[in-house]
Amino acid sequence: MATRRTAKDLRLGETGTICCLEDPEMALKLLEMGCVPGVKVRLSGRAPLGDPLMLVLGDQEYTLSVRASEAANILLKE
Amino acid sequence: MAAIVSTPATAEPLAPQAGSAASARPLRIALIGNPNSGKTSLFNQLTGLNQKVGNFPGVTVDRKSGFAQLTPVQRAEIVDLPGTYSLYPKSLDEKVITDLLYDRAAANYPDFVVVTVDANNLRRSLLLFTQLGDLGLPAVLALNMMDVAERHGIRIDLPALERELGVPIIPMNARNGSGVAALKIVMAQRLDAAPVRFWEPDEKLLPLVRQIRYYFDLHNDYLALHYAQQYRHISFLSADDKAHLQELTHKYGFDATAQQAAETIARYARINEILLETVTVTRTETREPVSNRIDKVLTHRIGGYLIFLGILFLLFQAIFAWAQYPMDWIDQGISALSAAIQANASGPLVRLLTEGVLAGLGGVLIFIPQIALLFGFLAVLEETGYMARVTFLMDKLMRPFGLSGKSVVPMISGLACAVPAIMGARTIESWKDRMITIFVTPLMSCSARIPVYTVLVALVVPDQAAWGIFNLRGVTLMGLYLLGLFSALGSAWVLKKLLKARERSYFIMEFPVYQWPRWKNVALTIYQKVQAFVLQAGKVIVAISVLLWVLASYGPGQQQETAEAQVRQQTTAQGWDEDEVSRRVASARLETSYAGSFGRALEPAIRPLGYDWKIGIALLTSFAAREVFVGTISTIYSVGQDADMGTLQEKLRAEKDANGQPFFTPARAFSLLVFYVFAMQCMSTLAVTYRETKSWKWPMAQLVYMTGLAYVAAFAVYQVLA
Repeated sequence: MATRRTAKDLRLGETGTICCLEDPEMALKLLEMGCVPGVKVRLSGRAPLGDPLMLVLGDQEYTLSVRASEAANILLKE
Repeated sequence: MAAIVSTPATAEPLAPQAGSAASARPLRIALIGNPNSGKTSLFNQLTGLNQKVGNFPGVTVDRKSGFAQLTPVQRAEIVDLPGTYSLYPKSLDEKVITDLLYDRAAANYPDFVVVTVDANNLRRSLLLFTQLGDLGLPAVLALNMMDVAERHGIRIDLPALERELGVPIIPMNARNGSGVAALKIVMAQRLDAAPVRFWEPDEKLLPLVRQIRYYFDLHNDYLALHYAQQYRHISFLSADDKAHLQELTHKYGFDATAQQAAETIARYARINEILLETVTVTRTETREPVSNRIDKVLTHRIGGYLIFLGILFLLFQAIFAWAQYPMDWIDQGISALSAAIQANASGPLVRLLTEGVLAGLGGVLIFIPQIALLFGFLAVLEETGYMARVTFLMDKLMRPFGLSGKSVVPMISGLACAVPAIMGARTIESWKDRMITIFVTPLMSCSARIPVYTVLVALVVPDQAAWGIFNLRGVTLMGLYLLGLFSALGSAWVLKKLLKARERSYFIMEFPVYQWPRWKNVALTIYQKVQAFVLQAGKVIVAISVLLWVLASYGPGQQQETAEAQVRQQTTAQGWDEDEVSRRVASARLETSYAGSFGRALEPAIRPLGYDWKIGIALLTSFAAREVFVGTISTIYSVGQDADMGTLQEKLRAEKDANGQPFFTPARAFSLLVFYVFAMQCMSTLAVTYRETKSWKWPMAQLVYMTGLAYVAAFAVYQVLA
């Protein structure tokens, strides 16, 4: 449990791979927007006050804006 | 080519559900796709109908339709549906789609759908496509932004993809219209539903699904599954139907969320298989896309806010400084015309024309420059994709007030007009966030307040520089706008404490890629808004102006004559000269007119705010629409004044109180300004709030709250300044 990382914990510019999603209701919304397990996700920016986050999905495909609390539901592979 | 064109569309067998009368009506085609997939651009290309294209996800709030000439002999009705990522609606405007597509008996049920797909985002776009296919809807796939995809090294094997998906695919570029001609040819054919199925409900679900399917006589299992998922929100189901569905889902222990997640993941797996065989990506560029690099600047920690503030400042500068020149020309033109007419003719009809119609018309025309600039500015911000970044920048700032970043767009649009702004709040998924946004948006100073602000500020604030670069009047106006903004935020905070959340608030949103605004669209928006203002608001304003002129020129019984005679009797005793006599006569006649009586009845209530019965008349007429205020005072102060008394400014300056001092003191003007910042004086806004909240509770609360706030604030301002 100690090593559990989510998209919220990414450093600026770092890329991770989605492992699974938590919180069933939020997961549905994230899934529809393309946050599918196996897809790469990169933290490309933060709003000036640290929240929301800017996530680039896939291979430079498109950018999503999500709140940090929402990004915390995107678990990353080790 | 000729062979395809010559296929007579009417000879094709009609879709079975279309009925025998169908041949008489044109094809009905629905456009559907992800937000920012170019759907609305395609709609414009097809219909040529004047309609707005925006970059902010969900600008297409209402269902819009138009007609397209597919072939010289065939027309089709095109319905533009709101952008959505799936057939499981999350926000109100997405529910429009399910209502339309789930009911084959509906009058608007489409013969087939055109699915717009962004070639750069195939995986995610195909999710919606496969759902539509499984519903059994005949479909055409419009593969948009192919040029960009090719530049990015994405190669799509179209014939293979067509085989896999089982539908015709038309590569196109909706922005410049290439590919649209080919799409029209395909659309003119009667299409059958594709035989391909991408996903079927699991065996375990079949008992439930089949029972629903046979009960409602549905044509496939997947539609039946959607009934089980969404029956609570389907508007065409009766209460009994819903109760029956609730019973069934309960009996079979149906877990909607788990099913939906499993379905979505299974669909993505299937889509990945398809894409593996049909799409090859050879990344040529390793650099970051331009859009991401622009974002680094526009959403910068400090720079982002500075740029946003700069843009807002530029907006105010444009509206209040640059617009002044054309406004002055219009004002002078109208008064010159009026003077020319009065110099050459006289009589009651000429007075009606100059003091009633022309005075009112001037009050409308003069605001065209400001309204054009404001809507032009907002259209550019939306077109370029900057609006979405604004929501990103503002989200954290808005949340303490119970609003979300998505509330910013309705609130900024509220600077133009609260009516479309309140409708724009539909994109906010959370009920609580949405209600708060709707409630406070009318507090943002809309363009109808501009006339009132401009006239009164110019009257009492000197036209001089402040702190070197700013104009004192501009600063005052900015202050009024900020007052509106802060009262909106404060009210939102109070509401946040009062309301209970019904569901959680989301902020997941896609960033549109930056692009140059399509100037034709911007020009079109400006034209439509100005036209709407002149024709709709203008009609009301001119009508009220004429009515007012009549009410102000005539009075009950002989009261006006009696009052005039009294004034004339005093003439010699007081030693008045001729000008003074005619001014006092006019004033006495107005006071005893019908309008004067209304104003007098209201006067006791508004006296503490510093207003007299003349302003009382203007306040009454303003409750139809704020901009009527200027037309009203322009008419009231015209009655009986010299024709060469020129512009409205001069008329107001000439107005004297009982002691012969200028009536419009700073205390009175600021009290009025503050009243107009807060007061709910717009029938259209109340009507749209009712429509959007489906309850009279909200518009009534707005009316009472805002007008009460206005009264108290105006009272305080007058008492402090006087």
